[in-house]
Amino acid sequence: MVYSDVATPSALPDACAIQTTDLHRHYEIGGNTVRAVDGVSIAIGGGEFCALLGPSGSGKSTLLGVLAGMDRPTSGSVTVHGTDLASLPRERLAGYRLLTAGMIFQAFNLIPSMTLLENVELPMRFADVERKQRNQLAREALERVGLADRASHRPRELSGGQQQRGAIARAIINHPKILFADEPTGNLDSRTGAEIMELIRNLNQQKGMTVLVVTHERDLATRYAGRMLGMADGVLVEDRTI
Amino acid sequence: MKTWDLLELASRNIRESRLRNALTALGIAVGVASLVSMLSLGIGLQRLASNGIQRSGLLDTLTVLPAGNIGGRGFTGTGRAPIVAPSAEPKPLDEAARLAIAKLADVREVYPNLFLPAEFRLEDGTPHRSAASAIPFSSKDSEAFSSLQGRFFSSGNAAEAMLQKNFAAELVSAGATTSAADLAKRLVGRKLGVTYAERTTLAGGGYSVAFREKTVGIVGIVDREGGEGRGGARGGFGMGVFLPLEYAEGLHVMQGSDLRDGGIGIARGPVYDSLVVRLKSPAKAASAEAAIRKMGFNTFSVVDVTSSLRQVFAVIDLFLGAFGSLALAVASIGIVNTLVMAILERRREIGIMKAIGASDTDVRMIFLAEAAVLGISGGVLGVLLGWSIGRVINFGAGVFMQRQGVPPQDFWFVPWWLVLGALAFSLVASLLSGAYPAARAARLDPVEALRYE
Repeated sequence: MVYSDVATPSALPDACAIQTTDLHRHYEIGGNTVRAVDGVSIAIGGGEFCALLGPSGSGKSTLLGVLAGMDRPTSGSVTVHGTDLASLPRERLAGYRLLTAGMIFQAFNLIPSMTLLENVELPMRFADVERKQRNQLAREALERVGLADRASHRPRELSGGQQQRGAIARAIINHPKILFADEPTGNLDSRTGAEIMELIRNLNQQKGMTVLVVTHERDLATRYAGRMLGMADGVLVEDRTI
Repeated sequence: MKTWDLLELASRNIRESRLRNALTALGIAVGVASLVSMLSLGIGLQRLASNGIQRSGLLDTLTVLPAGNIGGRGFTGTGRAPIVAPSAEPKPLDEAARLAIAKLADVREVYPNLFLPAEFRLEDGTPHRSAASAIPFSSKDSEAFSSLQGRFFSSGNAAEAMLQKNFAAELVSAGATTSAADLAKRLVGRKLGVTYAERTTLAGGGYSVAFREKTVGIVGIVDREGGEGRGGARGGFGMGVFLPLEYAEGLHVMQGSDLRDGGIGIARGPVYDSLVVRLKSPAKAASAEAAIRKMGFNTFSVVDVTSSLRQVFAVIDLFLGAFGSLALAVASIGIVNTLVMAILERRREIGIMKAIGASDTDVRMIFLAEAAVLGISGGVLGVLLGWSIGRVINFGAGVFMQRQGVPPQDFWFVPWWLVLGALAFSLVASLLSGAYPAARAARLDPVEALRYE
């Protein structure tokens, strides 16, 4: 995989960053079919800040997984910046996760045996970035999220908010066009959660990154997002621009 | 991912579960050590055996005899027509023949098998009848003289003699159990009188015989029982005295052939009983033999012995190698086990790496690199271990052999190709063992792996 310094998304005014048509994702569990995503059609424009709301089990995380290239739809199409993810071979889908999509999680998901700097560097290793350049870019990214002095700490030595900021630094290190966040504030107190949302909004506004945040905190969504998508039982039940 | 990054990640992961990986590497080390020690034992024994044969001169040596000497003279005893019609007389094994053989491409040297019956005595002692054997200077490094007390001849032409231990004991009327070192102390540096029959070719044809006496200096005692090797070929054991070849030739001691082949001898000068031909390499024996036979002489060699010897050792090596590999196979299962465990433990980590963009290939390579690091470190440790085992056994066997009165020999030998081969083998074995766990890790889906707690 060749690393290419992807142009900042603002330079690419895609009318439509993400588009799904009649998207389904079904699971077989114990002989029963679980229709986690059951016919979702949405279009998200480049540079939008969307919040995906819904109760537990509504299918919002499953939808996010499909859009982020971590899962494949059972049927229907999902096109991101003109690429049909459903038909992409495994290696190219990995390339999509590496360079086009950035991902942050509720559980932060930093690798515990690595220092913060190494965690942030990791996607660049997969992208074959030179060691020297890697180190410099990772330090810059940590500085941007306010963790320059924590570079050599292991994740367990950091607070939840610090870990999530580290995870954001890692998610944006390869300059993705879209940032996917799955309950990024779920494990944080409200003040820290607000800080994280603030950081995400900055990325959206300053870098023009398209953002899709899954959350069940409606207040937070209303405060930061420009568009609210609501899900229940696998289908889209709300779509409004604030 | 870049190779260096891979190895760095792999070693970091291995360090994370130190004990388990150390034990796995130790398992490989034991496997490699058993392979190395088994094979080096086989190789060492083979080397010992073939070195012995090589240094005894049997392999690269031919004996040349006059055509008539083997299988009678070409005539049947019944007075009927000869079976093999000789053109005239059999070709004499004389100086001309010696020079002709020496000119053959594969021949290193040719020297006569001289047998010199004589009487020997110390300064004023009583004469003792024995025979001297002429030794070429090139025999200096021969196995036959590895246990020499004193020193070898200073040159091929020196008026010096070495004594066989038993004959030396006889000269000084010492017991047969006196050690060679003791005899050397008593005899080296003393003078030895040699009385023999000299053959002088006469100008008008024929020869005369006269008794002569020479004095030579004793330089060494050869501690070896007589009758070993092929008498005369390189050692001449069974005789009491050894003289340098050129010096012995200069004595013109009358040979048995002078009487037997009287007619020829009188007409053409001295002929030899037999010649010893040393070849440049044992591999040339067959072609050299054919060339010499073409010249009209008989030859004799023991090359065939070694090829069957080699077969025996090939079988021994095969069995030793098979037993050694068995241990490595067990160690390989250990690698599979360790890596499968690692996948279970690091399922979440694999999920994270995939979520942030690692491809199947990246994950597979990380696990293969871990297997390779385990294999190489186990291999290096194993080679060191196997080598040390060899050293210890060499030492132990040496002490044992010394107690038995046998000169100690190294029968454990680790050649470079075995070291490199063992490392390569452990690397390949570990990569093969890592292939399945690595493929399993690579196939994991990120969503599924991240759900796992």
